[in-house]
Amino acid sequence: MKIWKTAMLGTAVAALTATGTFACEADGRVSIIGNEFPAIQTVAAAAGACEGITFSSNLTADHQTLNVAGMTGNPAEYTTAIVANSSIVALINEDVIRPLDDLVAEYGQDIAPSQLITVDGKIMAVAFMANAQHLVYRADVLEQVGLEVPTSYEEVLAAAEAIRAAGIMEHPVGGAYAAGWNLAQEFTNMYIGTGGAFFKPGTAEISINNAQGVEALEMMKALTAYMNPDYLTHDSNATSAEWEAGNVALMNMWGSRTGVLMDDEGAAPEVYENTAVSGPLTVGDSGTPATTLWWDGWTVAKNISDEDAAATFQAMAAGVSPAILDDTTMSQAVWLMEGYQPEAVNEGVLASVAAGSTPYPMRPFQGLLHTALGDNIADFLQGNESAEQTLADIEAAYTAAATEKGFLQ
Amino acid sequence: MKHSSFFWFVLPSALLMLTFIAFPIVSVVTQSLYQEHEQVLIEVENCGPFGCTQSTTVDTQATEALRAAQPLGQWAGLDIYKDRNHLAFAEVGEAWASSVSMRDFAGSLMNLPFYDAIAFTLTYTAVVTPLTIIFGFLIAIGVNAVARTMRGPTIFLSLLPMIVTPIVGALVLFWMVDARGVLGAGLQWLADDPNLSVKASTPLTWIMLMVYGIWSSAPFAFIVYYAGLQTVNTDTLEAAMIDGATRWQRIRYVVIPHLVPLTTFIALIQLMDNFRVFEPIVSFSAQAHARSLSFAIFNDLGGETRLLSSAAATSVLTIIGVAILLSPVLVRTWRDFGKAR
Amino acid sequence: MSKATRLSPTTKIMAYGFLGLWLVMAAFPFIWTLWGSFKVEGDFFSKADWANSLFGTLTIAETGGSFTGDGYYGAWIQEEFWRAALNTFIVCVCVVTISLTCGTLGGYALSRSTYRYAFWFLLFALMFRAMPPLTLVSGYLLPFFEWNLWGHLSTTIIVLVAINQPFTLWMLHAFFKNIPTDLDESAMVDGCTRFQAFRHVIIPVMWPGVITTGLFSFLLAYNDFAVTTMLLSKENQTMVPKLVSFLGTTQTKGNVMFAVAAVVSITAPLFIMIIFFQKQIVSGLTAGAVKG
Repeated sequence: MKIWKTAMLGTAVAALTATGTFACEADGRVSIIGNEFPAIQTVAAAAGACEGITFSSNLTADHQTLNVAGMTGNPAEYTTAIVANSSIVALINEDVIRPLDDLVAEYGQDIAPSQLITVDGKIMAVAFMANAQHLVYRADVLEQVGLEVPTSYEEVLAAAEAIRAAGIMEHPVGGAYAAGWNLAQEFTNMYIGTGGAFFKPGTAEISINNAQGVEALEMMKALTAYMNPDYLTHDSNATSAEWEAGNVALMNMWGSRTGVLMDDEGAAPEVYENTAVSGPLTVGDSGTPATTLWWDGWTVAKNISDEDAAATFQAMAAGVSPAILDDTTMSQAVWLMEGYQPEAVNEGVLASVAAGSTPYPMRPFQGLLHTALGDNIADFLQGNESAEQTLADIEAAYTAAATEKGFLQ
Repeated sequence: MKHSSFFWFVLPSALLMLTFIAFPIVSVVTQSLYQEHEQVLIEVENCGPFGCTQSTTVDTQATEALRAAQPLGQWAGLDIYKDRNHLAFAEVGEAWASSVSMRDFAGSLMNLPFYDAIAFTLTYTAVVTPLTIIFGFLIAIGVNAVARTMRGPTIFLSLLPMIVTPIVGALVLFWMVDARGVLGAGLQWLADDPNLSVKASTPLTWIMLMVYGIWSSAPFAFIVYYAGLQTVNTDTLEAAMIDGATRWQRIRYVVIPHLVPLTTFIALIQLMDNFRVFEPIVSFSAQAHARSLSFAIFNDLGGETRLLSSAAATSVLTIIGVAILLSPVLVRTWRDFGKAR
Repeated sequence: MSKATRLSPTTKIMAYGFLGLWLVMAAFPFIWTLWGSFKVEGDFFSKADWANSLFGTLTIAETGGSFTGDGYYGAWIQEEFWRAALNTFIVCVCVVTISLTCGTLGGYALSRSTYRYAFWFLLFALMFRAMPPLTLVSGYLLPFFEWNLWGHLSTTIIVLVAINQPFTLWMLHAFFKNIPTDLDESAMVDGCTRFQAFRHVIIPVMWPGVITTGLFSFLLAYNDFAVTTMLLSKENQTMVPKLVSFLGTTQTKGNVMFAVAAVVSITAPLFIMIIFFQKQIVSGLTAGAVKG
């Protein structure tokens, strides 16, 4: 919870320095840009506790707009950017981050090999936490209608019909279907779940106007029939609020947001006590879970001196070392470091990883497609046009954008 | 006024505007004429905590050589303006050729993002601007009629829609018009329809955005008019009354002419602001129903991969749009200029 | 009030009726926010039933009382909102002062020049204003980072002044045109220079326009989000980006009640300011100055 953020950071840093579980000493400038949620605050605080460094951090929701500009100059304003698998591609495209192989060899003994993000064999980032969307359900409501926990979207539809028929809830399904980024994310999940491929292999040419694309759209539309009519304005904040109000019994939600759904604030006891998580859902018979896996990790800027790069690497390595895990920080995220002990709320993310879900693609042009999806899918869901027409619009919008960016000629 | 004193008087303003607005505009226009280099793509294997996947990436070394040769990018001329996400000449031509009726053609046109955005933007501007001016004028007349001691609080309350931070003000209203919010429930009761939802319907969303637009900018027109009313010449008014002019005639022939320059000013600013409507669309999560030109720019700049040339082209089109929209008012100002003093 | 502006009873009732309706519309959302800021989030956004926000059902369940100051405590003490308030104060004072200084000089010159270039100057200023601020700000980022200008309050102040300069010029130009030219011209006939005439004759009578324009400059700096969020570093953040950061992101929940408490907190000083300046607006004119 945000209320506790400041207090928590205080204890985290105090615990680290007092017990001296890690000794980090480096000489140079460390400057972090990243998002502002609690887990990243913890990492930044631990990195800043390093001795001998000049430290500054800018943790803000606008980090994506600032990081490329702030790392382009020479020397770069930011020596490290904390990014996710969707946002690292902008840094790679603009060539502002450096490969970390030499630094890992020299200072990275404590980093688990699974944390290293490699592109074409070169280490480009070090991941420290994972996230995924998965099913969240109301155990009591499913029990009332006598159904098992759904594992596929088809079962979700059946359960939703049963809940509505039993008169328990009018709109039992929830989802972050707000037009724009969220809606595009839901389509990405669904399309991956149908086994579709976004691009012709090895090229930036889009190919979503196919049977899988139609299937994904049709499934989304079928789900919206059981959603609050305002679903196109519901981002994950609004969807969570619907959940806490007890209006929703089944939804696909971010693992990082389930903690607040299960605590005793903002909801009636029957809601938070019966909130439970399970793994990702499937669609059709492809067998691929309809979700994407996400990591957050840190990078090192290219346009800085070797000394600053070494200092940054050491500080950030200390920032994500197992030593930062204690009672308060443990529940902030699904950490990837050794020594992390998951709690009940984190089972959904772990189940998604175990089910062999697909990571969100790190293609340089995936972001362009995401924008095109977010702009066009609402037209179909509102019944303004056919699925084929919507998919054709998405392809056309993407193609124009990709041509401008030089991915297509 | 002499040239030299004019020069020194406007110098600080001119310098500021040249550095921070004119110069960036030149760079934006330049940007809109270029597109990025051909990106050399290679197939690679990406590995991470969730295993390895085949993917593509940009060959940075090969691309860097291209970038060094032409730092601005590839010359695109007007290609960006003509592409499908902007003026879409090819698509419009095709739709014109293949459409069986005007209705069919209009449908195809509205399916193109630029024309969809311009339709909303123009409707919004055409509805909100005059209503804001009328409302502001009426409020100013009303406040002017209130006893002097009560004016402070009245002015404050009237200015509230403009004062409350727009992002949060809109957010609060957004929750209030929710089907279960206080205004949403009120509307359901008024319309006698328990399933009415403002957020789910395109026409109602448009109306909501426009009502919000009028609500939040009427205080601007009000305060300008109010300040203007304080300078109405009371002697002229009294003389007119002695001559037997009715109240309406006094407003018509004394007050309104006095307020005309202010109206021109309000109209200019409001036309421009409304044409650039953006914040309410974001705050009301209304992008499924209504998109404006400024929203298109926000969308281009806000993605994981930023479309700088596309945003630049839309910005230039916005400026051109504003210029066309303001031309009647500007022609008027041009005629008035140099006389009446 | 003079006899000429006195109203007949029917018009008075209509005017009051309309004004009353408007005041309710204008103030209701704010009063609702003020009331709700003492509740917990579940009540403020009342997804279950809107009446909860009146009676505070969940507030009682969670905190024991029907009002809670948690939002204010969290925003001001835990999140150190006062730092942002201080930054906003600095930004506002500087923006208003610089804007008005440049704007009155420029606006006066533009209202007194009869040459065509003054018109073109105004026209270009207007076209500059047509530029969507989003594009402008994203264009600043690279050079500002390059020249180490990014993140400072002073950079943001200058940018805000510059972006708002076209508006200030137009507004003051309109007000100055209402001040008769005889005033300063007769002073110049008496031997004043242009600047002396401006200083001794125009400045004393220009306050209503300047204060109104100043109010807008102030509100712009006070409420700006696009510029401040992109150009200020975390420790120099002003109030609006700070309160938006309370709202959370896609993957994590924010604390909306902090933002609500912050909104109420930042509106309160404005109340005092407007009560103070309305006297200037109403009675700022020296008698006779504007009887052209």
